[in-house]
Amino acid sequence: MSKITFREALNQAMCEEMQRDDAVFLMGEEVAEYNGAYKVSQGMLEKFGPKRVIDTPITELGFAGMGVGAAMAGLRPIVEFMTWNFAILAMDQIVNAAAKMNYMSGGMYNVPMVFRGAGGAAARVAAQHSQSLENWMANVPGLKVVMPATPHDAKGLLKSAIRDNDPVVFIENEICYGDIDEVPDEEYLIPLGRADVKREGTDITIVAHSRMITFVLEAAEELAKQGIEAEVIDPRTIKPLDEATILASVAKTNRALVVEEGWRFAGIGAEVSARIMEKGFDDLDAPVARVTGKDVPMPYAANLERMALPSTAEIVEAARVVCNRN
Amino acid sequence: MSAKQKKAGKAAKGLIHEGREYSAERLQAMHDMMLFIRRFEEKAGQLYGLKKIGGFCHLCNGQEAVPVGVNEAMNEDDVMLTGYRDHGHVLARGSDPTAVMAELLGRAGGIVKGKGGSMHMFDDVRHFAGGNGIVAEQVPVGLGFGFASWYRDDGRVTLCFLGDGAINQGAVYESFNMAALWKLPVVFVVENNQYAMGTALDRASAETHLFKRGISFKIPGMQVDGMDVLEVERQMSEAIHHARSGQGPILVEAITYRYRGHSMSDPATYRTREEVDEWRTGRDPIAKLQAQMIEAGFGSEDAFKQQDRDLKKRVAELVKAAEAMPEPDGSELYADVYRDPIAGAYPYPDGAN
Repeated sequence: MSKITFREALNQAMCEEMQRDDAVFLMGEEVAEYNGAYKVSQGMLEKFGPKRVIDTPITELGFAGMGVGAAMAGLRPIVEFMTWNFAILAMDQIVNAAAKMNYMSGGMYNVPMVFRGAGGAAARVAAQHSQSLENWMANVPGLKVVMPATPHDAKGLLKSAIRDNDPVVFIENEICYGDIDEVPDEEYLIPLGRADVKREGTDITIVAHSRMITFVLEAAEELAKQGIEAEVIDPRTIKPLDEATILASVAKTNRALVVEEGWRFAGIGAEVSARIMEKGFDDLDAPVARVTGKDVPMPYAANLERMALPSTAEIVEAARVVCNRN
Repeated sequence: MSAKQKKAGKAAKGLIHEGREYSAERLQAMHDMMLFIRRFEEKAGQLYGLKKIGGFCHLCNGQEAVPVGVNEAMNEDDVMLTGYRDHGHVLARGSDPTAVMAELLGRAGGIVKGKGGSMHMFDDVRHFAGGNGIVAEQVPVGLGFGFASWYRDDGRVTLCFLGDGAINQGAVYESFNMAALWKLPVVFVVENNQYAMGTALDRASAETHLFKRGISFKIPGMQVDGMDVLEVERQMSEAIHHARSGQGPILVEAITYRYRGHSMSDPATYRTREEVDEWRTGRDPIAKLQAQMIEAGFGSEDAFKQQDRDLKKRVAELVKAAEAMPEPDGSELYADVYRDPIAGAYPYPDGAN
């Protein structure tokens, strides 16, 4: 095992896949000569040369679409968005082209590519640079949406995403890039569509993804001190969602809480709690609860920003309510 | 045709146009394809009127010389893609017209299994990559095909069509910039049919000479008479050579005209009957080629009339064949959403909502 950062895990995944398959290449803003805005692609230009590590102009719609066409032609592009906030400019190509191409061409043209970059709330960058858009992406048939919470998961999932024959939206969290984790020295892959139990417990199931896993695990420690053992489920792939793992956990704990950083309205939490209600209703001893980001644009001031995001205290409190311990 | 050319035409086996020789067989093939597209589109219009074709249906009557001339200048393994007015393009590419008609009719035997309809024709065998419904969406996608050729150095050229409406989308200029920056082998073909839906070119475009729109990206531009299939073929051959020889992208503006409205629901009240008649009777690409062929001794009015009857019959037969096909099986609803479905993971493939 080796200890590496989140950004190193992503870098290793891309390098390994590019060494394995000549059709894989990386393009995006500042990925080559600058070594990546967040240094995820550090050293890759030197390793693979300018044909396979390509600096693009600031032109998200254009290079996202270029990736779609290259993928239709049989290449396997990794398109990096410096952040997902800028991917909004590329939405037509992601939603109308990448996601639908295989279906509307009757299976003739698939789009084997990865759109990746930093998403979620960053720190003190205000409304336009701090937001979670995974529910937009997950709503679209044809896209797969992956959101790793740890360097270990990030590496194994990104390798699978690159090998996948469908367009994969891979959302990292900017604040997590420096997180350190142990990863195996030998090659490993983590299949898409498989959840991971991040902590075992018997009293309540807490479903969360991406950076919220850190908050939820912290809350679980606090809950344990209060005699509540939480089971923490990380879907890792938002779509397709591994609901079997979630439902099995709820069948054991009979209580569920969903935590997400994104906005509450029509969010991932709404989807997960609806699934639990539809398919696990008889297992529930209490209504499913949600802790989410507040339905406001992200403010700049430190105190307001803190208030806009879910907190460990909110998660502890919500779990206590679900467990009738408030 | 000048006297000099006429003389050269008689001396050669084929018809000489601007120094290029076209054999009788080749002229006949171009003629037949243009006329076939015309009759195919007329039939599609009728079937739309009978509500057998649904949704949006954009016909290309009048514009036939553009896809046919471009296809004539392309190699078989070059890539073509366009917007939603795509029937003529996919037919020019040589795709099975019965499958194209079946697609319009929403049948299982449609070229994309009845899942795309009028705006989403694809044929991977003939490297026809759509059939794209969002105005100018195909331009960055076409850039990607060009990029793939550059990446693999496979010698292919991508022919990326767009209209005079699409030319004002930002995606086009993002693509122009990258195409020129990396010298990608792409020919951008602007079919300027004078109207973006109901908006005349000069009401929407500050620069109406669309071939100049690449100048600030150092992309050379050419204007071609899109009502003259031989001119399209000739100038497109030059443009394709430019792209294939590593000199980067090039922009070709084909001046053309659609005889019908923007779509079947458009009565086209924004233009005068005189204007339409001027193009239909004065500049029709099929009539023009027929006149050239007659003059070169490669056809007669009677022969063309007979060929027209034959093509109409062929269209009627393929409509019959397409109509006899069943609608897609219900299992197709969930098929092809993903190329790699994930077993057991909602909502696919086991999974109903």
